[in-house]
Amino acid sequence: MQSTSRSFKANAHRALNDAVLQRALGNIKTGFQEKRRKVVEALPEFDALRDCGRDIKNHTLAHLDFYLERFEEKVIANGGTVHWCRTPAEARETILAICRRREARTVTKGKSMVAEEIGLNEFLEANAIEPVETDLGEYIIQIRHEPPSHIIAPAIHLTREQIAEDFRRHHTELDPARRLEEPRDFTDEARAQLRDRYFEADVGITGANFLIAETGSTVIVTNEGNGDMTQLLGKCHVVVASLEKVVPTLDDAATILRLLARSATGQEMSVYTTFSTGPRRPDDLDGPEEFHVVLLDNGRSAMLGTQFQDMLRCIRCAACMNHCPVYAAVGGHAYGWVYPGPMGAVLTPSLIGVEEAGHLPNASTFCGRCESVCPMRIPLPKMMRHYRTREFERGLAPPMAKGGLAVWAFLATRPTLYRFVTGMAARVLGALGRRTGRFKSLPLAGGWTGVRDMPAPEGRSFHALWAERRGGR
Amino acid sequence: MSTARDQILGSIRKSLGRETMSGEAAAELHQRLARPAQNLIPARTAGLDAEAMVRLLVIKLGEGACTVDDVASMSEVPARVAAWLQRENLPARLIQAPALKDGLDWSTAPTLEVTTGTADGSEDTSVTPAFAAIAETGTLMLLSDATTPTGLNFLPENHIAIVRRSQVVGPLEDAWSRLRAARARADGDGHTMPRSVNLISGPSRTADIEQRIQMGAHGPRRMHVIVVDG
Amino acid sequence: MTGAGPRVGLFVTCLVDLYRPTVGFAAVKLLEDAGCTVEVPAAQTCCGQPAFNSGDTVDAKAVARGVIDAFDSYEYVVAPSGSCAGMIHEHYPELFADEPETAMRAQQLAKRTHELMSFLVDVMKVERVAAVFPGTVTYHDSCSGLREMQVKAQPRRLLGSVEGLTLTELPSAEICCGFGGTFCVKYPEISDKMVTEKAQDVVATGAGTLLAGDLGCLLNMAGKLSRLRAQTKVRHVAEVLAGLADGPAIGEPAKD
Repeated sequence: MQSTSRSFKANAHRALNDAVLQRALGNIKTGFQEKRRKVVEALPEFDALRDCGRDIKNHTLAHLDFYLERFEEKVIANGGTVHWCRTPAEARETILAICRRREARTVTKGKSMVAEEIGLNEFLEANAIEPVETDLGEYIIQIRHEPPSHIIAPAIHLTREQIAEDFRRHHTELDPARRLEEPRDFTDEARAQLRDRYFEADVGITGANFLIAETGSTVIVTNEGNGDMTQLLGKCHVVVASLEKVVPTLDDAATILRLLARSATGQEMSVYTTFSTGPRRPDDLDGPEEFHVVLLDNGRSAMLGTQFQDMLRCIRCAACMNHCPVYAAVGGHAYGWVYPGPMGAVLTPSLIGVEEAGHLPNASTFCGRCESVCPMRIPLPKMMRHYRTREFERGLAPPMAKGGLAVWAFLATRPTLYRFVTGMAARVLGALGRRTGRFKSLPLAGGWTGVRDMPAPEGRSFHALWAERRGGR
Repeated sequence: MSTARDQILGSIRKSLGRETMSGEAAAELHQRLARPAQNLIPARTAGLDAEAMVRLLVIKLGEGACTVDDVASMSEVPARVAAWLQRENLPARLIQAPALKDGLDWSTAPTLEVTTGTADGSEDTSVTPAFAAIAETGTLMLLSDATTPTGLNFLPENHIAIVRRSQVVGPLEDAWSRLRAARARADGDGHTMPRSVNLISGPSRTADIEQRIQMGAHGPRRMHVIVVDG
Repeated sequence: MTGAGPRVGLFVTCLVDLYRPTVGFAAVKLLEDAGCTVEVPAAQTCCGQPAFNSGDTVDAKAVARGVIDAFDSYEYVVAPSGSCAGMIHEHYPELFADEPETAMRAQQLAKRTHELMSFLVDVMKVERVAAVFPGTVTYHDSCSGLREMQVKAQPRRLLGSVEGLTLTELPSAEICCGFGGTFCVKYPEISDKMVTEKAQDVVATGAGTLLAGDLGCLLNMAGKLSRLRAQTKVRHVAEVLAGLADGPAIGEPAKD
């Protein structure tokens, strides 16, 4: 997918001034946040399970090669095929080859962020194959020709009115005057529209929340059942997943599943959690004839052994973005690529480079709320700071900032000089601001005073007063 | 010339600063997979006797928007199904999984039109057996098999699942243990897993419209669970 | 004043030093009332966080070394700021991870460093203060204090003992105010959105005074409240607890 992360500030500006978007984003507080809070409160072991989840993933990452090989062995033993893809291009070509061999005209798709990452839909369309998104949120953004704005609720940025307009525009065979107000109206319409597409599809493509090394299974977690229909009815099931999705055993998956749904939607279990192992068995009454797992690297193996390795523990629950005040202010599209919010602020520069995505780790106050809700205990602010350090070292920071820091550091390492300068500044600013107590504007501080007053200092520095009152001890 | 596979595995090892796992270290990892261990299990289901386990299951199923019924034997199931369909104002017809054919006597519910087989998308209601029920979260485990097609769990408008009391366990981990044991006994081909293991916790739903929950996204709109003694 | 209690080095913080010495004196009073001997090492300037968060680890380390030296000998180091205390407590050891000797000293300093509210309640076991403050207040939980230094119940506990004071909880107390150090000038639009929502929530509580434990947050919120012409006064929580809240609030003109 093409990135617009360089334009983060412009994207954010548009988002902040989009009243409809702001209204839609307001749902996050009462929705995701509140639901998660309740369900976490109801499980006393939640925090201990976070430690377990972190440990399972750390162990797996430290032995990722081993577990991927075991996974592959089992997939093959069950009659499936594993395709190892270094890059998005390789993954796209691999999937296209499978589709061509199946003479596919349409493919149905369950929600997959990795498929977005590799730009699968545009590529299939360019090769005369029609991809049909089946997750309701993904379906909506597909007909709007937009990328997703959230990793589990792709259409969270839209209001009912907008979606109604899209449905009327796209489902032209239906009565234009029909009612499209309540969630039921949209859901029923999408259900009917998509039902036939499932049966027509020649290939069903899903992502995977987990890959199980013990059994060679791939796991999807949904509430709609669309991923299940996709893989069941498409005659060939293709799973596209990145390397770090593997976990050792079914029990390890059970542990992390306890964290996933709670952190994502505030459910204890998602409605459908499906473990798929190989193509249909000889005696099975239904199921896909072929089973393919497309394993994508695209930078993951390079993240191992670095200060960004912890990011590979991410289970794509979206708790971080649901609790991030910056995401709540600007929404997901502002981040400019597949992965928004705090996890996107770390993963995006890791995958597409800090030159392209440098704004993302900078647009954070480091409030730490993301880390506090992350089920896998990923130290997100720390890794964002690592990117800031990288940028600074590479000279990518703005010159004014570098200059300012240099001056400040010069003073701050010379206490006597610092005392002198700050004492003076306190007096000058204090005197200037004495009458009103604040500044409506200050030279060089336009970023601040453009939108808020600058309170005036009291007029003397603490150290000066301390020296006077206490002899400076 | 190295393949993509070689390069990816090589890149992983290079990043981790080591060669391929071997010797004792590798053996330990193999053991971890061969003898999976349970991690921390919440206390919610610890120490619950069979009765209490079923009670918890019923509560959790209800929280997941399932309706639940309770019968003493399989012979009562057909009449209960007929009653439920009537209560819900649903057509008096259903499709059952072949697995249930010999176990359910539909002559006790003569108003029902019953077929047996695989779903084609036109069905109103299916009836399928579960393999296990997880009380901790109100979740049913259903397996694909020669007599239990997966389509019956998803395609019909309504889904009725039959669970035996003896199939109820506390945590998901215990259901995995049962599955491993059952498969080990069964065909000895070393494959724990059938093609599909579906963990289902209620009717299909979505919250993609302004974060408001709506039932019946793509899977069944209603789910009814009948718990049978034995 | 010397008590039999511990010897505390006050980490003034650069914002308190430059902007609002009253907060520093309030901190000293609270510490001395709790029985501590307080000293203020003259060699301190800043904790280094602006450089650290900007990715300028070289300058951050230079400044941090100065802090480690200046506070070497104190039993406790206390700062009236969750973010400065957090910088020393959480990040100094990390900053010197590749310099084992300094890392050790950083660890030692980190162990001894506390945020003021948490020090008073959790370490000195202070349960009440003698201050009187008639009026309603609301409280904003500064992010570093909350998440790095576990400051939540302590200021509320002490405020609960202030005669005449009523505390109305701010529903969004734990949501970031949008300051974030350089964030507020690098991404001013987003920062403004965050601080506007915060200011509106504060006004909606009806409280006469907004309190918090970090001057950065306080300057940010005070500046917005005053730009919005809100009547809410803004102070550092230490001022109220120490009974030093009769001077001008933040952003108020001096009384002549």
